[in-house]
Amino acid sequence: MYSGEEMVGLLVELGVTHVVWIPDSTFGEWDDALSESEDLQLVQVCREGEAWAVAAGLYLGGARPLVVIQCTGLFESGDALRNAVHDYQLPLFGIVGYRSYLNSETLPGDTCLRFTEPVLAAWDVPTVFVNEIEKKPLLGQHYLQCQQAGDAGIVLMAEGRA
Amino acid sequence: MTTSSNPSRMPLPETLRVLQGHSQESVVISTMGAAREWARLEPSPLDFVYVPSSMGQAPSLGLGVALAQPDRPVIVCNGDGCMLMNLGSLVTITAAAPQNMVLVVIENGVYEVTGGQATAAAASRRQDGTPLRFASMARACGFKTVLEFSSLEDWTARCAEAITQPGPVFICLHVEPAEGDVAPRSPGPAGERVKRFMEALRG
Repeated sequence: MYSGEEMVGLLVELGVTHVVWIPDSTFGEWDDALSESEDLQLVQVCREGEAWAVAAGLYLGGARPLVVIQCTGLFESGDALRNAVHDYQLPLFGIVGYRSYLNSETLPGDTCLRFTEPVLAAWDVPTVFVNEIEKKPLLGQHYLQCQQAGDAGIVLMAEGRA
Repeated sequence: MTTSSNPSRMPLPETLRVLQGHSQESVVISTMGAAREWARLEPSPLDFVYVPSSMGQAPSLGLGVALAQPDRPVIVCNGDGCMLMNLGSLVTITAAAPQNMVLVVIENGVYEVTGGQATAAAASRRQDGTPLRFASMARACGFKTVLEFSSLEDWTARCAEAITQPGPVFICLHVEPAEGDVAPRSPGPAGERVKRFMEALRG
């Protein structure tokens, strides 16, 4: 839905300083652009729980981080998200890839389709769903609204094959 | 410094008191048993007592602070049970390689705050009776400076030097498990502590 260059340009425009991530097959296409950007620092973690905690530390230190993970990583990282966003009330922002939403041919019956939205609802983080090209502007709009309100936020981004 | 496979152990309060004596200008993030003891010492605005925590995430939190504040020393006091929950963070830290970060693992072989059950790395849980070595794990994960201490005299003599090496630095402190009132307590509302900590970092 976004090219790497397009995403880097948007994030820089929004004031994001660090991208904390684990790439999946969709977000992985942004790797070169993110790695080569002189305006963003890419922090690659080994497991998604780390991503929320690294982002929390970055925020405490005055940076403006963005977490980028797949929904499977969201499932894994729930406790770290809970702690940062609800215990410490940090307005962290994330992009969560919605595996198999646009195309489940490689994983027929992918249970990500069953659990992603209920899990996001359970974590009680304001979320917008970008599931078609026309909704791309929602990412920047939601980020700015959340930052201005001091709220955490998530953009759920539809993905194709796993 | 020790290289033995069955090190002696230091008392935790005194061990942390030594560290505090040399870390006045540093951010110190503490969790679990270390947080309990650190909160009993003279407070600093640069302390972040990570209670409540997401167990295992203190090194990751510290990494974030270290990257955002590259000119400020950041020390993370983590437990060994916590470290086992997030071993991947050792790799994440050395990949990012913040020169201002020191990761201290307080190794006592048990989940102290839940009643002293052995960790999977402790000798009593290993089929061969040999405890896993956190220092060896840190080296394998790319830490260039790895130190471990089991003597309070040695730690006292070398603490200042150890925590001022170019980071990321890994230090394993072999300590005795505490008994009795062992649960760490939050020193105040988390949201308010966040505000004070961020103000201190800006100052």
